[in-house]
Amino acid sequence: MIDIIHQYWRAFLYTDGYTMTGVAMTLWLLVISCLIGFCLAVPLAIARNARNPFLRGPVWVYVFVFTGTPLYVQLLIIYTGVYSLSIVQHTSFLNAFFRQGIDCTLLAFGLNTGAYTTQIFAGAMRDTAFGEIEAARAIGMSGFTLYRRIIIPSALRRALPMYSNEVILMLHSTTLAFTATVPDILKIANDANSATYEPFWSFGIAAVLYLCISFSLIFMFRRAEQRFLAFLRP
Amino acid sequence: MFNLAGYGPTILAGTLTTIELSVLTLAVSFLIGLIGASAKLSRSRIAVGVATVYTTIIRGVPDLVLMLLLFYSLQIWLNDLTDALGLDQINLDPFTSGVITLGFIYGAYFTETFRGALMAVPRGQMEAARSFGMRRFYAFRRILFPQMMRYALPGLANNWQVILKATALVSIIGLSDIIKATQDAGKATFRAFFFSVLAAVVYLVLTTATNGILLMLERRYAIGVRKPAL
Amino acid sequence: MKKLFAAGALAAMVLGLGFSAPAHAKNFTEIKFGVDATYPPFESLSPSGKMEGFDIDLGNAICEHLKVKCVFVSQTFSGIIPALQARKFDAILSSMSKTPEREKAIAFSTEMYNEPTSLIAKKGSGITASADGLKGKTVGVEAGTIQEAYANTYWKPNGVKVVSYPGQDQVYADLLAGRLDASLQDSVEADYGFLRTPKGADYALVANVTDDPKDVLGSYVAIGVRKNEKALLAKIDEAIAALHKDGTYDKLQSKYFNFSIYQASAN
Repeated sequence: MIDIIHQYWRAFLYTDGYTMTGVAMTLWLLVISCLIGFCLAVPLAIARNARNPFLRGPVWVYVFVFTGTPLYVQLLIIYTGVYSLSIVQHTSFLNAFFRQGIDCTLLAFGLNTGAYTTQIFAGAMRDTAFGEIEAARAIGMSGFTLYRRIIIPSALRRALPMYSNEVILMLHSTTLAFTATVPDILKIANDANSATYEPFWSFGIAAVLYLCISFSLIFMFRRAEQRFLAFLRP
Repeated sequence: MFNLAGYGPTILAGTLTTIELSVLTLAVSFLIGLIGASAKLSRSRIAVGVATVYTTIIRGVPDLVLMLLLFYSLQIWLNDLTDALGLDQINLDPFTSGVITLGFIYGAYFTETFRGALMAVPRGQMEAARSFGMRRFYAFRRILFPQMMRYALPGLANNWQVILKATALVSIIGLSDIIKATQDAGKATFRAFFFSVLAAVVYLVLTTATNGILLMLERRYAIGVRKPAL
Repeated sequence: MKKLFAAGALAAMVLGLGFSAPAHAKNFTEIKFGVDATYPPFESLSPSGKMEGFDIDLGNAICEHLKVKCVFVSQTFSGIIPALQARKFDAILSSMSKTPEREKAIAFSTEMYNEPTSLIAKKGSGITASADGLKGKTVGVEAGTIQEAYANTYWKPNGVKVVSYPGQDQVYADLLAGRLDASLQDSVEADYGFLRTPKGADYALVANVTDDPKDVLGSYVAIGVRKNEKALLAKIDEAIAALHKDGTYDKLQSKYFNFSIYQASAN
């Protein structure tokens, strides 16, 4: 174990001397995918609850497809499948984008977490107390203002516990990145295993690192809940 | 366009493997979940402690890391055990490793589901059963379990969907499932996009079909319960 | 009952977290070979999922000589030695070269065959097989192979991007897709498994790579077994010698190659 730590500690934490790897890469993947997902989810959740079926329909299909298939399959479609299409090969912008493993990974992760987050936010928006909306309409708020001042802040707060769950699950999902040649914690652990033939320590160290990140995230979200959901405290 | 280039049988076999893996994992994690939930709700502090450590670690470590860890390490420990007991080596192929790992992981999620469901059944039910003289296990089987299932079904349905999708990871430790079959086919025939989408479609069909079955089950277990008119 | 099992498991775990006893003196009825079947023409999977290739044929011939059953187990190459240590199979039959590094962990049989390492790229790419010629380019290798070690030792520190893949078929997939500028693997595998196939029509050999001061590439290809399996190793060596003596080796060899892969030497 000491050998592994001695040889790989830097790779496990932030770099192997050439690119960002390990914990730094995992956190980067997590943050960027969750950002993409969040930015996608808020407008899509509003669309999901719209009265117009042409707004609801496409969002429903998107959520259905991305929550009904495994993330690994989605990653493979984007990484191996899309890149083999001749349209992509011949458009220089698309070619350059899908060529990089990390771009494909972030796209797949972002779309996936976007779908789940849309579901969560849409549900939270639907659960807004009827009285709040009635009161807001009575004062004369409508449309955009209604959403901006009342529905979205209230829904986001309600969604916080489920969203924190989704972020933890996203952290678990970042382990798939190594199949698209992105050097995250698990890839370094795999390299350590094939070089030192010590699977228990190689993967054990990776597990401990993930536990630390999970606990930090849980702690952060609990603080956020205490602040934003203070009105629910007993 | 739908020419499977001779990979049809392998893909079908892969789909069956995926279904088998999911069902077995469901069975294993269901059992572990029942045991875990009972442990968490028991009076023994040790049981509560062990169960809490178990669920905390599982929720903090990614599935794939645990799977790789157990795929190699579990085999080594099992070898030591069978050596010490003088038995023949029990070989853990990817399928068995997958079932054990995923069952172990989702047992933790089921523990939480069943814990909530068990707590939702009114205490009076068990009290009445015991006062009738029913033995603990008999009371559990006839009184507690059926009522608990009604509350557990939504969580169970959700966990099942997650398990079905998580079986995709087992292809990474070498199991010949639908993903491996479609990936091999795509690489050999230059139609990677078609075959990867095919894998997605198969999963979509599986999740939708089982969703329907679970909806029917929920309705069956909720017979006799009045639903509020919304 | 549960407690007894748990106590027994705990004791066994404590007794040896790396302890590996030799195979029981049970009836020697089968050999399990670990194979990474992404390496035609040596080992690959047919569309129906069956394993085929030169290594597979040699393995079957060895088993036939020793009058035992042959079982082939699929295993990703990067985890093949840990899997051997974990006793998931008895021997590695996967175009594995004997290197000083690997000899620290496992034992090798006598030579199966020998082949150099070569770099391939798209025709007319202008790449040369050196750190300068590849500067800024992306080279694909299979994880766990001597070629990965070579690229990481000599090229990566000099500005060449080295990408590792779980299987050789994935290296070719990305080479064809355009993600890689070149790939590094065994030369016969590249030739027969890719360049001579319709897929490899636009690709050509750049050069054989031989400059290896740190002896990362090792010597010949052999079967790997656990260090404490001396009896098995002796049996396998004896079988290999017998295959050469009775001409089975040459017969199998001519099925795949029109040259003598046993004599082809790298260094």
